Amino acid sequence: MAQHSRKGAQFQAVTASLLVEGLVVYLTRDNRWSESLQDAEVAEGKEAGEALLARAQPFVANNVVIDTYLFEVEPGEKGLVASSVREQIRQAGPTVRLDLGKQAELG
Amino acid sequence: MPLIKKGEFITDSFTTVADEAALPEGGVIVSLERWQAERDTLTARNTPLGVRLKSGQEPALIADDLDKLAVVALEFPVYRNGRAYSYARLLRDRYGYKGEVRAVGAVLRDQFQYMLRVGFDALEVADNITPAIYKACAGSFTHAYQPGGDGSVSVFTLRHKRG
Amino acid sequence: MYRYDEFDHQLVNERVAQFRDQVSRRLTGELSEDEFKPLRLMNGLYLQLHAYMLRVAIPYGTLSSRQLHKLAEIGRTYDKGYGHFTTRQNLQYNWPKLKDVPDLLAELASVEMHAIQTSGNCIRNVTSDQYAGVAADEIEDPRIVSEIIRQWSTFHPEFSYLPRKFKIAVCATPDDRAAIRVHDIGIQVVRNDAGEIGYEIYVGGGLGRTPMIGKKLIDFVPKVDLLAYLESVMRVYNMHGRRDNMYKSRIKILVHEIGAEDMRRQVDAEFAEVRKAGHLVLPVEEIARIESYFAAPAYETLPAVSPEFEAAKAADKGFADWARANLAAHRVPGYAIVNISLKPIGGTPGDCSSDQMDVVADLADMFSMGEIRVTHEQNLTLAYVRQKDLHALYQALEANGLGTANIGLITDQIACPGLDYCALANARSIPIAQRISERFQDLERQHHIGELKINTSGCINACGHHHVGHIGILGVDKKGVEYYQVTIGGAADQKTAVGDIVGPAFTEGEIVDAVETIVETYLDIRKDGERFIDTYRRVGVEPFKETLYATH
Repeated sequence: MAQHSRKGAQFQAVTASLLVEGLVVYLTRDNRWSESLQDAEVAEGKEAGEALLARAQPFVANNVVIDTYLFEVEPGEKGLVASSVREQIRQAGPTVRLDLGKQAELG
Repeated sequence: MPLIKKGEFITDSFTTVADEAALPEGGVIVSLERWQAERDTLTARNTPLGVRLKSGQEPALIADDLDKLAVVALEFPVYRNGRAYSYARLLRDRYGYKGEVRAVGAVLRDQFQYMLRVGFDALEVADNITPAIYKACAGSFTHAYQPGGDGSVSVFTLRHKRG
Repeated sequence: MYRYDEFDHQLVNERVAQFRDQVSRRLTGELSEDEFKPLRLMNGLYLQLHAYMLRVAIPYGTLSSRQLHKLAEIGRTYDKGYGHFTTRQNLQYNWPKLKDVPDLLAELASVEMHAIQTSGNCIRNVTSDQYAGVAADEIEDPRIVSEIIRQWSTFHPEFSYLPRKFKIAVCATPDDRAAIRVHDIGIQVVRNDAGEIGYEIYVGGGLGRTPMIGKKLIDFVPKVDLLAYLESVMRVYNMHGRRDNMYKSRIKILVHEIGAEDMRRQVDAEFAEVRKAGHLVLPVEEIARIESYFAAPAYETLPAVSPEFEAAKAADKGFADWARANLAAHRVPGYAIVNISLKPIGGTPGDCSSDQMDVVADLADMFSMGEIRVTHEQNLTLAYVRQKDLHALYQALEANGLGTANIGLITDQIACPGLDYCALANARSIPIAQRISERFQDLERQHHIGELKINTSGCINACGHHHVGHIGILGVDKKGVEYYQVTIGGAADQKTAVGDIVGPAFTEGEIVDAVETIVETYLDIRKDGERFIDTYRRVGVEPFKETLYATH
């Protein structure tokens, strides 16, 4: 399976899937789950990353989300971008159906 | 951990004894290794005896001793490891064992009915299992496509019994 | 086709109720995800890249029009208006919500369908030949024994927690259209010298990380003993298959490690006992009952050649092209087997919209006795079409994007969903298939090339069956970049073979050119009448290595 974060990744965010809908979400600064990567809180450095992931765990225990993990992001001029192809696709939707998924719904 | 035998919550009349521990009074269940090492001493006790088989320890190893055993406990180390379903089947179908076949270890409610169908008649279950839960799970499916180690008749046969 | 009786209905309905309860216990938190996951998997519900994915079972690929209409409706109601047909003749929905799945399963149950055991470490969908019942050289409709196995394996109490998944395929003709030699158990229906029907059994085939070809374990199991034999194989596997390493848990590894001889010995010993006990001998009436569902339909007496058909071909070039590629010979004069391509140029192989499903279901009612088959090559088949109806059928298909005239040609590719959908994938597969399709779209060129099967998988799990593609493409991840490794010379037919790796992987930008180089190399060196695979079997991999890597 593709790596989510390279070793020594500088910037990371936390993602998960909503239990009920199965949709991809990201943990935000104010402890919500947003469907948009742009709302994700970015953790810099390994310790901050671990702390961010820990903040996600109560939501697992409360059956809001499943399958939480850290992944590498790059802050850029146009906003946050996922580093791996896998997370880019996960953030947008299938590249072969541009009319489906977040790329269509979130604009 | 509650023990359910033939559908009833019962007190376990056996003690499962560790290999190095002294044998208490009454019925005991020991490991295969201990059984093989101390068979004579154990049978001389004149109390009910049982052997606990781990995954990988097949019933063939105790086939000749079954007439001395009141219970055979089959271990599920994790719920995913389904070897003991075949062990139970062999005990009932191949060796004709009529004593207690007990499921121990990772025994999940969603497996109760399968276990009963292959010939387990005693299940060591999680603490939160109530009689209502047991009854619902043990009866999830009215019929089965397969003939069972519990004597149940398959749908293939039932279809043509109704005349 | 088979119709449920009250027992079948009851079992499926009880399963829906059981899963509904499990889902509600999950939503309240009474069940953790860890406890719930194996339960949802045994109902075919995965968590994938964007959403949940539900895999609906289509037993041996046979569907009624009513069932296909329901699949279309479910796609609209609970999903995004389409589904994906897989290499195991099943259908996948990519966007169901967990809270809706119990209702979705109830809808399936209302038309005698389910998602039982389409995932998990249990016996999966039994797959078979899409030409079942209509191929001229068929010994017996393979779906009879497939249905028997389906029932026997459903909720099997002893074999629901196997070391790993278990896949069975059945074939009843000399041509293997079910890839039986790369299944955990492959069954070839045969006749012995006394004219009795029985089964040749292969064990231990499979793709994935360690592709292997099944070993023939027994030449002839009499019909009456088949379930006893299968039970014996399963019991040996359940007890002795490895459970320490997920990648070494398939039965193919067991056969490989102990050897076919020892496997045979163990199975035979168990078989002798099981057969003696006699529990698995089906009542004669039961076999007859199941057989009756697969009896030949009421065919009309028609001339072998249809003047309407011939005239239409002469008048309509598009139709003639379609007839040339998409039809197969039917055992009954005046009829044809129609293959519907789900591989439009530039499209996603195997995808079918709800609207298209409704069209096919209606056409099946009009022209093919209300029955549709799903092939393991991700296409559909209508098996009972009168030749005189072919033109009208074609026109309706063509008007709905279902008339691509490429069956068996290079653009009739197999591709798994890949990284566009699948959480296990390392690379995307669909865009590669799309671009290959576009590169080779010229129909005359496709016929000039002839039969060439390209299979693309997005990861080593090989759901695209790339190992047995004439050209196989495997997507890999190298430091976060998608690369594509090529194999040549695989085959999934009766001369089953695993393809040979040609060399270093290609980039996304290079892979389509690489495929074209392979094709051109073949065209340069082929002898008269040789298909791609024939040339490969004659010359081997070297000529292709040379042309592919000449400038590297």
